[in-house]
Order: sequence, then structure tokens, then C-alpha cells
Amino acid sequence: MRSPLLWRLLVLAGFIGLLEALCLGGVIKPLTMQPPHKIVTDLVKMLSSGSLNGAIAKTLGNALIAFIIAMILGVTSAIIIHRLRRVRDTLEPLFATYYAIPVFAFYPLLIILLGLGDAPQIFIGAMLGIVAVIVNTLNGLDRVPNVLLKTARVNQMGPVETALRVTLPCASPYILTGAKLAVAYSLIGIIGAEFIMSSGGMGYEISFAYNNFDNATMYPLILLILVVSITINMAIARWEKALMAKRGLR
Amino acid sequence: MTQIAQVSLRQVDKMFSRGGNPADTVHALGPIDLELRHGEFFAVVGPSGCGKSTLLELVAGLSTATRGEVAFEGKPIEGRIPDGVGVVFQEDASFPWLSVRDNIAFGLRRMKLPPEEKAKRIEKALAMMGLVPFAESYPSQLSGGMRQRVCIARTLVTEPRLILLDEPFGALDQQTRLLMGDEVLNLWRKTGATVFLITHALDEAAMLADRIGVMSARPGRLIDIVETGWPRDRDSRIVQEESFGAITARLWRSLREESMKSIGKAGTTI
Repeated sequence: MRSPLLWRLLVLAGFIGLLEALCLGGVIKPLTMQPPHKIVTDLVKMLSSGSLNGAIAKTLGNALIAFIIAMILGVTSAIIIHRLRRVRDTLEPLFATYYAIPVFAFYPLLIILLGLGDAPQIFIGAMLGIVAVIVNTLNGLDRVPNVLLKTARVNQMGPVETALRVTLPCASPYILTGAKLAVAYSLIGIIGAEFIMSSGGMGYEISFAYNNFDNATMYPLILLILVVSITINMAIARWEKALMAKRGLR
Repeated sequence: MTQIAQVSLRQVDKMFSRGGNPADTVHALGPIDLELRHGEFFAVVGPSGCGKSTLLELVAGLSTATRGEVAFEGKPIEGRIPDGVGVVFQEDASFPWLSVRDNIAFGLRRMKLPPEEKAKRIEKALAMMGLVPFAESYPSQLSGGMRQRVCIARTLVTEPRLILLDEPFGALDQQTRLLMGDEVLNLWRKTGATVFLITHALDEAAMLADRIGVMSARPGRLIDIVETGWPRDRDSRIVQEESFGAITARLWRSLREESMKSIGKAGTTI
């Protein structure tokens, strides 16, 4: 059972080892990339000095806000859409093509509408995540057995109580799948927006470091983003797995 | 003084419109007149698709009659689920994300009872259904029969005056059905509730019920009501009684032609 995990770790270790060897051997020039051990030590230094704490807090804070908005609006919208057949028939084809829309292209428009602060970035982060949450929540709600809805009615539950106590808990493994995607999309949205037009945040700092050949800042920040994203994703995946196991589904 | 029937159906009809078209309706049920007496065990048998479950849904308040009146303890139901009614469905209705104990406690959440009383009722229901060792287990860890017991316990904990059972043993094997039948009879005696059972199994109806309503093919009407005459204190061993065979034979006589109609072979010999 543990062998796939072992294989994954071996592949990762092999890849890092190869990068380390290529960097130390001079195949990859220091101006292009630093060896992985240097990236890690630079990250530790950066975090302990607190030099970029403001930028990290800004990005992660905004990504968290975008994620929360995506989850609340996504789940609420899915509950409403699930109850309204016509609305669903109209919107579902649009959901399928949603990710073909380059949301970042609307950034200038969002600045006009929402100002120069963090709001346009949060908006992009939330908009990227929301449809993933809606689609997965709808998938979960479709799988709620009719008999559980009848049980809710027999127990004299109204629509809100039914949603909170029956349909959402029943659909929770699917909602968590949406949450996993929303975490990734929120981070992509926020960091991408910071790259384009912002004066702060990890995206801005990576862009600034890139333009100034500052690899000692750029790579540790990229690594930090990877670590944060993968850690959150793995935590949600573990939670999802535990929920499924409790239901005898995995 | 005459006692008010616990449940009464007067000239009840149920129509369904096909594909939401009001001009294209199916007469699913009725007209039905029926009275359930306080504390009796009443079973309904009928051919597939005759509207047995529709009848139960009308009594449960899960559906409204197109015509006629359904009343519980003298008050019209009219699509509102009345207090004092518990329903057990054929399908597994246990909540997979809750433990057995929490599933049972779920039935009590609306009741304004002191916490000690709630705990007492949960323990009593767990004990009555033989679920004490599994109180902290999740439904996925239990067999189909055990999950059905959880659903029955969740209903029992509310101490309903009327228990509606919609083919609750339909998914179980024959031996488990007989044993579950014993448990239901035991509960019926202990709680004093009225039980309304929908089943397609003639032997199950004959074993459990005081009275058995036989339904026609669609539109379902009651074409016969059979009094079994069993003593209140009975169990599955009653199937050995001589009159058990006579009851099932009478049920089959009433049902055979109707069952043939339901599969489109009325008036033919198989």
C-alpha cells in the first residue's frame, strides 16, 4: 500500500538530485537557477529575517479571502441552481466553457470598477475558484439519495435545515474536491494578478526579483508557493479521504 | 361513543401528470376509503405499480391527494407531515456521515426534551434494536439489516403514534426478513403504536398484520380486506399455523388476476 508513496518520493528525490547535480556541475548556470539546497537555505533565511513577511502575508491573506468567497458563493449558488432546473440548464454549458475565458484580460476593467487596491486581485482569485466549487457541489448534490430528502421532510425540516444537515454533509466529499481546486485557483488568481499590476505580494516580488536577476529571492518564493499550495491540497485530500472511508467508499 | 380512527382516507384519488403536462394525467390511485384503528397492525399488498407507496406517501403527508381527504387523528393532513408519524423506507436512509448513535439522535433534534430524557430514549432505542455494541460505528460498517434497524431506531426514538413502513425489508434476505419481522412485532407490542406496512410479500403481510388490505392493479383501489385474527402476542413461528396458509391463499386469490393485469396478461392462463 505504501509503495506508490515511496515511488513518488523516490521520483521527487531523483528529480531534485538531478537538478542539484546539474546546477553544481555548471550545466545549469547560477544566473538561470540556483541549486535546490541553496533555494532551501535562502528560503529559511528569508523567513527568519522576515524581509518578505509583508508580501507573503498579503498574498496568502488575499488568497484566503478569495478562497472563502469562492466557497461561500460557490456552495450557495450550487444549492440555488440545483433547485432551479431551468437556471441549471441555462448555466451548465457556460460552466463547461468558463475556463476558456482569460479572466486576467479583464484586469484593467476590474481596476476601473474596483480601484487599485487588493479588490481586483481578490475578485480574480475568487472568480477563478467559484465555478470549480459550483460544478463539484452540483455533482455532490446530484448524488444525494432521494430517500434522504424524504427523511428530511418526514423530520419536518425546511429547505435551509435540509441543506445544512442533510444535503451538504452528504455532498461534502465532492465539495472538498471543489475546495481543493478553489485553493489552487485562488492562489493562481492572486499571484497572477500581482504579477501583472500590483505593488506588493509574492507575485510582485517574484516579478521584481526576476527583472533584477535576484535568484536568491525569486526561487525561494516560488518554492514557498509550491509548499503552501501542496500542503493545503494534501490536507484537504486527506480530509476528503477520511470522509469517503467513513462512508465505505474508499 | 365511537372512537375516531387514527387514520382515515375518504374517497382519496391521486393523479399524476405525465411530463408535467396537466392534460396528460395518469390515475395512480383511488378512490380509496380506509380507516386505521388505534394500535392495529395494518398491511397493504398489491401488484407492482398499483400505488402502494403512493398511498403511504399520502398518509405520511409527503404527497397530497388530488381528491378526497386524508386525516390523522381527526385532522386533515393536506401535504403537511403531522407530528407523531414516523416513516421507515425500503432504501437505506441512514446518514452515512453520522455514527449510529448520532443517526438515532437525529430524530430527536426538534423535540424540546431535557438532555437526560434524550439520552435515555437513545439508549432505549439502541437496546431495543440490538445496536448497543455498534453505537459508535458508522452505517458503512454495518450490514443492510443493521442499517435498517438504525432507521427503525431513529423513528422509534420519537415515540410515534403511527409508524409507516414502506417495504422496509425489501432489500433483505428471507431469514433476516423473518427475524426483522419478529423485531417489528415486538416493537409494535411494546410501543402500542399503529403500524401501517406496505409490502409486496404476501407471507410477510400474513405473518405481521391484524388486517391486510389488498389493492387492485392501477389505479390502485382496496378490493379486499382480510382479518388475520392473530393474537397480539405472536412471532414468526405463526407461519407454521394451519390458517397461515389459508390467509396467504386468500390473498393470492384476490391478487392473482390483478397481478396479471399489472403485467398486461389479464384473463390469460399462465
